Amino acid sequence: MTRLLALTVVAGLAAIAWGALSSRARVPLSALALVVSSAGAATLAVRVLATGTNFAWSQTNVLPLGGLDVRLTPLGALFVLVSAVVAIASSVYWTGYARHAMAGRSASASFALFTLSLLVVPMAGNVTTFLFAWELMALSSLILVAHDHARRPESISAARWYAVMTQGGAGAITLALVGLAAHAHSTRFSAIATASTHLSGAVASTFFLFALAGFASKAGVVPLHVWLPKAHAEAPGPVSALMSGAMVNLGVYGIILVGRTLLPQGPQWWWLVVSLLGGTTAAVGALYAATSRDLKRLLAYSTSDNMGLVLLALGASGLSLSTQHPRVASLALATAMVLLVNHSLFKSTLFLGAGAVHAATGSRNMDELGGLSRLMPLTSVTFLVGALAVSAIPPLNGFTGEWLLFQSLLHSLASHDVASVVAGTLAVAAMALTGGLTIIAFVKAFGITFLGRGRTERALGAHEATFSMRVAQGALALACVATGVVPYLLVGVVARGLAGVASPSISGWATLRLSSLSGALTPLFLSGALLGALALVAGWRTLVQRRHGFANVATLEAWGSGRHHQSPQMQYTATSYGEPILRVFDDVLRPDRDLDVSHVVESRYYLERIRYRASNEDVIERFLYRPALALLRAWARRVRVLANGSVHRYLAYGLAALVVILVILK
Amino acid sequence: MKSTLLWSGIASLAQLIWLVLAGPLALGLMRKVRSVIEGRDGARVTQPLRDLRKLAARQRTRPTDATWIFSAAPLVLVASALVLGALSPLASLHVLMSSRVDVVAVLFVLLLGSVALLLSALDTGTAFAGMGSSRAAMVGAMTEPALLVAILAMSLGAGTSNLARLVDAGVATSTLAGPARILALVSFFIAVLAETGRLPVDNPATHLELTMIHEAMILEYAGPDLALITWGESMRLVLLVGLFSNLALPWGIATSVGALSLGVGLLALTLKVAVVAIGVSLFEVTTAKLRLFRVPELLAGAFLLGVLSVISAVALR
Amino acid sequence: MTFRIAVRALTRRSRDAEILAAPTTLHPSAARLHGSLQVRHVDAGSCNGCELELTSCFSPVYDVERFGARLVASPRHADAIIVSGPVTHNLHEPLRKTYDAMGEPRLVISLGDCAHDCGEFRGAYGVAGSVDDVLAVDAHVPGCPPHPTDIVRVLRSFTGQ
Repeated sequence: MTRLLALTVVAGLAAIAWGALSSRARVPLSALALVVSSAGAATLAVRVLATGTNFAWSQTNVLPLGGLDVRLTPLGALFVLVSAVVAIASSVYWTGYARHAMAGRSASASFALFTLSLLVVPMAGNVTTFLFAWELMALSSLILVAHDHARRPESISAARWYAVMTQGGAGAITLALVGLAAHAHSTRFSAIATASTHLSGAVASTFFLFALAGFASKAGVVPLHVWLPKAHAEAPGPVSALMSGAMVNLGVYGIILVGRTLLPQGPQWWWLVVSLLGGTTAAVGALYAATSRDLKRLLAYSTSDNMGLVLLALGASGLSLSTQHPRVASLALATAMVLLVNHSLFKSTLFLGAGAVHAATGSRNMDELGGLSRLMPLTSVTFLVGALAVSAIPPLNGFTGEWLLFQSLLHSLASHDVASVVAGTLAVAAMALTGGLTIIAFVKAFGITFLGRGRTERALGAHEATFSMRVAQGALALACVATGVVPYLLVGVVARGLAGVASPSISGWATLRLSSLSGALTPLFLSGALLGALALVAGWRTLVQRRHGFANVATLEAWGSGRHHQSPQMQYTATSYGEPILRVFDDVLRPDRDLDVSHVVESRYYLERIRYRASNEDVIERFLYRPALALLRAWARRVRVLANGSVHRYLAYGLAALVVILVILK
Repeated sequence: MKSTLLWSGIASLAQLIWLVLAGPLALGLMRKVRSVIEGRDGARVTQPLRDLRKLAARQRTRPTDATWIFSAAPLVLVASALVLGALSPLASLHVLMSSRVDVVAVLFVLLLGSVALLLSALDTGTAFAGMGSSRAAMVGAMTEPALLVAILAMSLGAGTSNLARLVDAGVATSTLAGPARILALVSFFIAVLAETGRLPVDNPATHLELTMIHEAMILEYAGPDLALITWGESMRLVLLVGLFSNLALPWGIATSVGALSLGVGLLALTLKVAVVAIGVSLFEVTTAKLRLFRVPELLAGAFLLGVLSVISAVALR
Repeated sequence: MTFRIAVRALTRRSRDAEILAAPTTLHPSAARLHGSLQVRHVDAGSCNGCELELTSCFSPVYDVERFGARLVASPRHADAIIVSGPVTHNLHEPLRKTYDAMGEPRLVISLGDCAHDCGEFRGAYGVAGSVDDVLAVDAHVPGCPPHPTDIVRVLRSFTGQ
């Protein structure tokens, strides 16, 4: 298995080198190397999952403080496998996407580095390796977010937000992990876990909260999510797929690592916090997804929403564990993993689709698109599959996740513990609310972008994605269908991944059964029945048409109530589609709306122009970050007198600080 | 074992046939009740069946810009309703796969039909269809939480979300009027009204596009497609009403296999659905349609009732 | 409140079917309509007299719905359009579009004298012609305005009920 690791790393490094140095066939060859690297990682992960034994390898003299230490547990292998699947699809996709963007040296090398670091993070067996890979992942993705800065000034702003949030998060994580390592006198995770039993409650909680803040910011948890819609939207297609399909997962991985593995004896309130964060995130994410008109921003908010649901399940699992309901705890943990893997599959499908749309039309604004399904047939079908999956429509994989989440919450409510019950009720409310909003968001995303008539020249001039892009999208969409119809493909893998952490909770090939809890579902038969019924009804329709002598369907101009001219601009847009939700949740979203009516000079009865302007900026950004930043800026201005550029003065500061330290230490 | 399977198959088939007929007839019954209260004779109860028969004999049409989604949506709508008709315990607890289909599955299979319709409306590329789709999506998004929470509240008592076992628990119980149950049922009922596009949420008889929700989405459908949609919608109505009445008043449903109990079950189901349908139309005649942006308030109320029901189910355990 | 409604419902009924003229001859297309007629109404420039009478056909007094006729909102849903008034220049194209929007087979019923020969408005500057000039009419209801019983009779000749 060491060979597989070597293959992964060497191929990954080759991809980076080829991307940075070569000028000929840069993208295809580094993409090929990346596919090899990811396939190696995937094989390694599958072996670990199949045997259930950890894979360990270490090299102490490469890095200081414990060196490079690889320890792939089944749980880590699950994350590696998911990252590898998304990475293979994204790399294949990249070869076609490079015609549009992301063909430069820095972008190619960063993309390869990003992919490799995503594969390595869950393999880390000690704090040093983990933080090293984590930083590489953060930096390389930062370069990718900003790579189009010359053409798009927005991407600089997005990169700035991303840089601050991700480095702040990394700081918090470093603090927590280094603190834990210092306590255990070892950087190894296994040593930290053993030593944590001697940790006092308050200290453990402090470390947990720091780690939670850091990892939650990576997972796009409210209120630390503000970078996510900006960065995911600005990043190029394959990068957003990787970010949303693999990188945010690692935030969840970190929370499980710290909360369940390193500090297994956490008090109940930790998980209450996780649940509350999850519920809020899910609701906020879904609301903004339902009201966004930027296609990739919509997908990014939906990522927040889904991570919120994962945290809900994770929180339910922790709560059940603390109230001595191990079966429910295992079920909820498995649910969290199923939700996570599902999300990776469908969200990377969707992001690749959105990337293809952006490449074909040059726009992400759905109000400018429309009618793409005729011009991009395969992309539209894969996007539809992704959209239905994220909306939890049977028989796609999202439905299994939603069902499991419902079961987890239902059974966690059976507990007699007040905190669990309150958290469970709120969780159900959040889940129910987001379910409906997600459907609006994705009916809108698919319907406005791909159906109807093209609203602008851009939309009318679109063309289908290249072959490699279509292959990547198609493969991921097929995975969504396959894991939906035969959920064992997914549940089985998840069960193996959780082998060391929780007892098996779900079983069955065609029928999912909850172990020792009531609940069963059979997506396979359900989809069979649906297909059968579909064939029956379609047959009936064809038959009656033929019997009454109609050879074909009459294609008529759309009925516009007798209007002389119906323009594509008369269609509902993404803005108008989400408007009712904006209005219903007015108090929460606080949209900024402005109606400007000007009359002609001769008579007030005749309008010259009506201008409607609506801005739906993130409410948390507006009311939390903006004032905080303004405060910071004002404060910084005041402190500026201290730094006037004089070297003598700085040396004096240094001296003063030294004296103070010496006085304190003595 | 084999005969049980056979009997579940027969029960499923019987429910399917019943549903196919009961949908349009329930629609006719509701229109009849309304007419009588308005002082008219109204059309015969069987009129919707005549309408469907005639529509089937007309040509299909599609707008110029529509894609395969437009022609697939009616099929999906009806297929999802048919599957649920066969697999959910309406007349008998012993239908095919009764141990593997639960309320959540039923809800999401219904959603499949709704989403198909929402997308088909956007596929036509017209203003009113988009408007209908947007409104229906909003109402649906507000209805789903209410339905889900109500279902959760009812599942809590039985400790399962399996439909057959839920209904079974209802048959066995002696306390039908617990606060949790009543709150959940009220919430479920409001959600059913919204989901099936009845007053006070949507006016199924309106002719004015601007006041439409559901109707605006299907303005482009003609002939067999329209027949399928009307038929599918009516089956969804009967399904939800049937589930509601089985959860509220489970008696009569066949708890054992056999021709007699199945027959009694079908009869009881017909009676229950007829009573609830008449109740719905009496309610409809005496209420006005809510303004569009009052609807979310009603549904939020239903949602809160559901949450209250969950809390009381947990607190009074 | 509900009680009063119930009492009224039980004591008042639509005008007896016998008083309304039953269709003596059925329209040839009645056979394939199977007792169901969905109608889309188009006002091509009427003075609204015909509209008042048409509306009263669906009122509790005449209640043509009991014979299987129903007004619908979209021409796609309709078996027939019922056109009232002379066809004005402004509504000439919308009328055409409405007819074109119907699937096969489709019927046209002209309502009132104006629809037949422009009636009072013959030769007016805004009038493009009668309905017969624009579409092939399958049935006509005469009168200015036509009496509801006549409208009901014509509709019943299609539904056959």
